[in-house]
Amino acid sequence: MATFVKGVVFEGVEFENPDSWRLEEYVKRGGYAALQKIVNEKMTQDAVIAEMKTSALRGRGGAGFPTGLKWSFMPRSFPGQKYLVCNTDEGEPGTFKDLDIIKYNPHALIEGMIIGGFTMGATVGYNYIHGEVFEAYLRFEEALEEARKAGFLGKNILGGGFDFELHAHHGYGAYICGEETALLESLEGKKGQPRFKPPFPASFGLYGKPTTINNTETYASVPYIVRNGGQKFLELGKPNNGGTKLFSISGHVNRPGNYEVPLGMPFSELLELAGGMRNGKKLKAVIPGGSSAPVLPAEIMMNTTMDFDAIAKAGSMLGSGAVIVMDEDTCMVKALERLSYFYFEESCGQCTPCREGTGWLYRVIHRIEHGQGRPEDLDLLLSVGGNIAGRTICALGDAAVMPVQGMLKHFRGEFEYHIENKRCIAPGY
Amino acid sequence: MLEVEIDGNKLTVPGGSTVMDAATSVGVYIPHFCYHKKLSIAANCRMCLVQVEKAPKPLPACATPVTDGMKVWTHSDAAVKAQKGVMEFLLINHPLDCPICDQGGECQLQDLAVGYGQSGSRYEEEKRSVTNKNLGPLISTDMTRCIHCSRCVRFTEEIAGFQELGMPGRGEHTEVMTFIGKTVNSEISGNVIDLCPVGALTSKPFRFSARTWELSRRKSVGAHDGLGSNLIVQVKDHKVKRVLPLENESINECWLSDRDRFSYEALGSNERLQKPLIKQGGAWQEVDWTVALEYVANGLKSVIEEHGADSVAALASPSSTLEELFLLKKLTGALGIKNTAANLRQQDAAFATAGVQWLGQSIVELADNDAVLVVGSTLRKEQPLLAQRLRQSVKHGMKLSVVNPHNDDLLTKVHGNVVTRPDQLVEGALEVLVSVAEQKGVAVPAHIDASGITVSEQAKLIATTLVASEKVGVLLGSLAAEGTRAGELHAVVAAIAELAGAKLGILNSGANSVGAQLIGFNTLADAFAQPKKAYVVLGAEVDFDTASAPKALAAVEQADMVVVLSPFQSCAYDYADVILPVSPFSETSGTFINLESRPQSFNGVVRPLGETRPAWKVFRVLGNLLGLQGFEFASSEEVRDEALAAGIEGKLNNAPAKAVNVKAVAASGLARLAEVPLYQIDALTRRAPSLQATVDAQDAATLRANAATLAQLGLVAGDKAKVVQGGEAELVVAQDDALLNEVVRIAAAHPLTRHLDAAAALQVVKA
Repeated sequence: MATFVKGVVFEGVEFENPDSWRLEEYVKRGGYAALQKIVNEKMTQDAVIAEMKTSALRGRGGAGFPTGLKWSFMPRSFPGQKYLVCNTDEGEPGTFKDLDIIKYNPHALIEGMIIGGFTMGATVGYNYIHGEVFEAYLRFEEALEEARKAGFLGKNILGGGFDFELHAHHGYGAYICGEETALLESLEGKKGQPRFKPPFPASFGLYGKPTTINNTETYASVPYIVRNGGQKFLELGKPNNGGTKLFSISGHVNRPGNYEVPLGMPFSELLELAGGMRNGKKLKAVIPGGSSAPVLPAEIMMNTTMDFDAIAKAGSMLGSGAVIVMDEDTCMVKALERLSYFYFEESCGQCTPCREGTGWLYRVIHRIEHGQGRPEDLDLLLSVGGNIAGRTICALGDAAVMPVQGMLKHFRGEFEYHIENKRCIAPGY
Repeated sequence: MLEVEIDGNKLTVPGGSTVMDAATSVGVYIPHFCYHKKLSIAANCRMCLVQVEKAPKPLPACATPVTDGMKVWTHSDAAVKAQKGVMEFLLINHPLDCPICDQGGECQLQDLAVGYGQSGSRYEEEKRSVTNKNLGPLISTDMTRCIHCSRCVRFTEEIAGFQELGMPGRGEHTEVMTFIGKTVNSEISGNVIDLCPVGALTSKPFRFSARTWELSRRKSVGAHDGLGSNLIVQVKDHKVKRVLPLENESINECWLSDRDRFSYEALGSNERLQKPLIKQGGAWQEVDWTVALEYVANGLKSVIEEHGADSVAALASPSSTLEELFLLKKLTGALGIKNTAANLRQQDAAFATAGVQWLGQSIVELADNDAVLVVGSTLRKEQPLLAQRLRQSVKHGMKLSVVNPHNDDLLTKVHGNVVTRPDQLVEGALEVLVSVAEQKGVAVPAHIDASGITVSEQAKLIATTLVASEKVGVLLGSLAAEGTRAGELHAVVAAIAELAGAKLGILNSGANSVGAQLIGFNTLADAFAQPKKAYVVLGAEVDFDTASAPKALAAVEQADMVVVLSPFQSCAYDYADVILPVSPFSETSGTFINLESRPQSFNGVVRPLGETRPAWKVFRVLGNLLGLQGFEFASSEEVRDEALAAGIEGKLNNAPAKAVNVKAVAASGLARLAEVPLYQIDALTRRAPSLQATVDAQDAATLRANAATLAQLGLVAGDKAKVVQGGEAELVVAQDDALLNEVVRIAAAHPLTRHLDAAAALQVVKA
């Protein structure tokens, strides 16, 4: 269930209607018109990329990399097989937006991927779906079957002279498989652990072939851009931050859920949309972009807008758009303990700093939370974190460290209180 | 070429070089664990992080490609800070109990911790402990010490060819382990011990028997196959404690086969002889050397006087040193004895070459071929490291094809594969020859009658590749050379090589088969077919190292006098009259000439055990006792120089001595594939307990056949089967679907099968 203020990904979706996800309904609300437009108007690959660049669509998986630019990296003239991969391995705590896309509007994703396949000359695509949302995986398979039957997938699509086949693949719930190269390894049937880059997937991806990987929400935004033009999408948001964004709001609000809003909306408005703070409590802090984003205190959040650039300026990341709201009763030590346990548990174990360091971080925080902290622990945490960040094969190391750094930057006093008094400063704990 | 600056040194490196390559080329050492020049790059230990100009983060030197104009600092403050940070992480969960670790003193982690570790630890939480794994009889584990560098995992996958080790688990629960219930069974598995930078994987036979700093390191040469792997033999108190590879890129690279690595256990076997023995009145008496040698000299003299020199034969193991063989030949020559043989497993008189049989090219050249065809070989067992090298060549595009009486997995991509019955190997090779001739538009040589041969698709594929490739090698394996139709096979394979413009190589067994032939030892022991009055046997065990043990045993048993020179007790007690304890390769200086005709001399690494003496000295003294001229050698080097005075190169020739007539025949009925097992190749390996405990050694003790053949014989896996072939044997049955119908695989040269005669009629029934 999601709510949208302006719909791109969820344009026209009737969440109350159990069949709204089906092909028939999707076509009724203008679905597959973008694909038809490419065929009818004989749009070139370059023209699609130009629209993507104009749209200022930035990757919705967390890194915010400009999609048009990414698509232009793909060596389209490479004669062999090329692949398109969708990353629906949504595993970041706080993030649950892609799940809803697959459940409520799977054909937007399928259409987006077909357009991607056409644009980059990839004839085979895979959608890697998180293993812990199996029902969504089953629905996506059903949607794929509909698309195949209707001729949107397969040979010579809509008579446009290009082929594209799309397969769904479900993982088994490892967070690391959301890292794009670990995802490729897993898709190849190997243990999901990240590859060292370079080479990047655009030159050496799935089965060693040029591959483009995008997030579910990114692909699901593509039909809108092709149908209405990149400019229209850009204007929905703000410069360099085009379009709408799905925010997964969780925590101490009255109406947690997914909200599709234009990028650049003030946080205060977004909080209102989610029904405001639960039980009339005061806002304490927000993790604005999924569990790996540094936490920001209320006063900073209430003065910022929800877009890539503004959140970065405020000292955090928009990430995947998972907004974790914490009220005044929240114990930041306990919150960090939980976050650190996640990264400790999900480290793939491949490279030393992350394998050894995430466990160290967790154990020290666990000690502090359980009244066995020592004054020197806080500097130790920062020092150990500093030895992890930037020293690992993939970004999981950084992701494990940023929450620690964020918490100690804004709430160091609470940690000191915990160490000294062996209990929490927050009244609820 | 790219310009790069490493710690202020400007240099140019070829495109595609990594920072690690560039640093190594100017002698700058960057600390590392997971990086190994022969393995793929994993970049997972992060120890080699270095500072690179304009890079916001430290980068791993092993995986960072050099770009033009790059500036790298490997020991700047930023680089060292990153390296120290990694070292701290590596140590937090690593046991800090080096004094009780078998790797202590030769541990990369310990060494680097001196430079990059702290004197105390900031980690005060609980340490990880990991359960040990059973990797088999050769590799011991201490998995808590593992630092997850994945070298062992990559070795099994990339070098040994089959990923026997993996890393299941996530995060700090990641563990190196085998597939459930399996052990590491590769024939080159011991290399993971060398690769492991810590004490997680250590040598099971060596474990806790010495500290590295107590050991002297002495060079030697591998004594079990013709590759001539270079060894470092580690010695304490005049005992060999351990054998490690000595790097030689053109021979064994940095690897060693398990056979060469672990056979040293036999050197300390309690079957070692320590005093000369003479049989008197049916009982063995220990005597001193003077008595024993006078007995031998007088005995030989009287046999020759009574029955003539032709009634004496001298037989030697092809793993004897050049010096031993040369003096034995000189001695027998002076006495008029003509019948001398090594490579006693060859049995087809028609197999004769124009010169000394060898690889036909160097090992490096062989690996550089565009296409190689191997005919009749259990390559991974006959030449474990050669199989490894060809595996790497295949990765670089070589097309490796085989014609074999089995479908054993070479653990690499095989291009063309013809599988035949053991008695139809000639016909399999003929298919290739016919197709090569057809494609070349020439006739098959007149002495070869290929009528009735139908060329299979696989044979055609092989032929096409051989004809189309520029650099081509064709190898005749030991299995083929030691078979009953070796002469015909040689003729066919030589014809293939000639028509395809390929170099022909012959893979004889033994460490010095090239040397033995060079000295003038025949490769054929017809001495057993026409029994002699006296035998001198050097190093070989006639009940194992001959084509037909029953025939050989019958021959030596009827002889008036048998002189055995061996390091070991054996069934020579039953038939010999004199047993002289002579040095194994570790206790004598000597020379092996490897398959590529490279002579490699070595010194004894320990002094001879008890009253054991190097065989070359024994023959030298015997020469004096017999009053022969030219036995005044003061050192083995003098012997070698005389032995090699005529040179080697001019004598090498794999071409058939004369045209052997070949005729394709049909075959049916039960056929035996009788190969020499990996760990029965010679007297030493036979007595190495750890090698005998391997899966390979256990497999060799079984009768193997495919499902259909087993059904036909009324057997199922696990049954006991009675084999009648000349003699009898009782073997446990196992299923092996890599064999054709009606083929039973029964090892030769095995304690359980030595009473069988491979040439006799074969019958297999349920026991």
